[in-house]
Amino acid sequence: MALITVRDLSVGYDGHAVAEGLNFSVNQGDYLCIVGENGSGKTTLMRTLLRLQEPLSGRVLTGDGLRKNEIGYLPQQTVLQKDFPASVREIVMSGFQGRCTLRPFYSKEERRLALGNLRKMGIEGLADRCYRELSGGQQQRVLLARALCAAGRVLLLDEPVSGLDPKVSAEMYGLISGLNRDGITVIMVSHDIQAAVTHASHILQLGKDSFYGTRDEYLESPTGKHFLEHKEEGEA
Amino acid sequence: MMFEKLVFYLQYPFVRYALVVGVLTALCSSLLGVTLVLKRFSFIGDGLSHVAFGVIAVASVLKLTDDMLLVLPVTAVCAVLILRTGQKAKISGDAAIAMISVGAMAFGYLIMNVFSTSPNLSGDVCSTLFGSTSILTLRRKDVRLCIALSVLIVVAFIMFYNKIFAVSFDEEFSRSAGTKADMYNNLIAVITAAVIVLAMNLVGSLLISALIVFPALSAMRLFKSFRSVTICSAVLSVICAFRASSSPYLQGLLSEPR
Repeated sequence: MALITVRDLSVGYDGHAVAEGLNFSVNQGDYLCIVGENGSGKTTLMRTLLRLQEPLSGRVLTGDGLRKNEIGYLPQQTVLQKDFPASVREIVMSGFQGRCTLRPFYSKEERRLALGNLRKMGIEGLADRCYRELSGGQQQRVLLARALCAAGRVLLLDEPVSGLDPKVSAEMYGLISGLNRDGITVIMVSHDIQAAVTHASHILQLGKDSFYGTRDEYLESPTGKHFLEHKEEGEA
Repeated sequence: MMFEKLVFYLQYPFVRYALVVGVLTALCSSLLGVTLVLKRFSFIGDGLSHVAFGVIAVASVLKLTDDMLLVLPVTAVCAVLILRTGQKAKISGDAAIAMISVGAMAFGYLIMNVFSTSPNLSGDVCSTLFGSTSILTLRRKDVRLCIALSVLIVVAFIMFYNKIFAVSFDEEFSRSAGTKADMYNNLIAVITAAVIVLAMNLVGSLLISALIVFPALSAMRLFKSFRSVTICSAVLSVICAFRASSSPYLQGLLSEPR
């Protein structure tokens, strides 16, 4: 069974649907990219997948032993975090909060795992640095390490490269692809179609010309062709 | 010399009470202050103390002997309401604080005027706002309540320290990881209300913001991790509160008790 199966899902706010009739599934090891224009319901769908909000209709099923809150989330950074005094270690450790429901402190084992995840992200040297003094790319790595602490199987990334320069963006995409090769399932929300067709295995496009399928199917589909041409024109 | 003088004054219960209550309130408000400042609720102290002022006015008109029983729950409810508006952005946090605090204060003052029970109304209002004398007129019962509440607050803060950090730093992530963020926000709100009701005895409703924001802001300048900021904020405010509560006696600013 697939890790996540979405059936006839409608998502939206206050009874008003933003995206309707969604059907797709995510299997172990997939790299799904959710693309679409602003207002097409990317963020709302993502929040529904994370169970931060209820679906209007339809269902999100988890299978293959995946528990409800076992999706590691990389949110977009908030204004609050800009001047928040917190060390990298403290932030990464907070990824374990879902595990210790009433336990007040983190265990030794969790400390070890957190360091391991920092190493995976190549930032173990920054463990005692202050988060607000790091560069944008380093901050994203910290939050990615935190997401890995929260869940080792599925990651949901919300615009992971927004605000990063091209070089750092490329490094970030490389890091994510590396995690995916290690067997971690990745769901990425992005408006960057170019990156999606380069890295993803599956593509879900929301909006008027909605589409769901593998990357190759997307490249062959009218929607994909149209979108890519459009993109090239825009860039030319 | 200083020390002997302090020991001399400490034999008077009112001096001891003032010192204990002063230090404990400062400790509790500084612990929470870090979270509140970071959540952009620096003014919640001011807002909630106005609410408490309104409720105290109502309690004194109703001639309640133990006004804490009314003040504490009502302030806690208002705190929950204010902190909740922060998340659903129809009314932003600062607007909610402004509305609730000014409303409660106006209502309290009106009630005090219409049903005046004491001959010295402006004196009453003044001491509620600035708390100037009440720290020296504490009764044994007030001190016990203060100690009990402070212990509760400190224990709750330590028990939920990691969760409070996580929810303050990134609420969305906490929710996605299965933490009951609403519960912890309400917990923070209730603790805040308790701290503010406590602190009203010490500095009155107007100056509570000072107890909440200054230790936190100073500590945030000096340290870079959440834990060191919290500890520094607590230490700073305990030292300052101790110094402030004892200096009037040491420097002879008060007349000798007879």
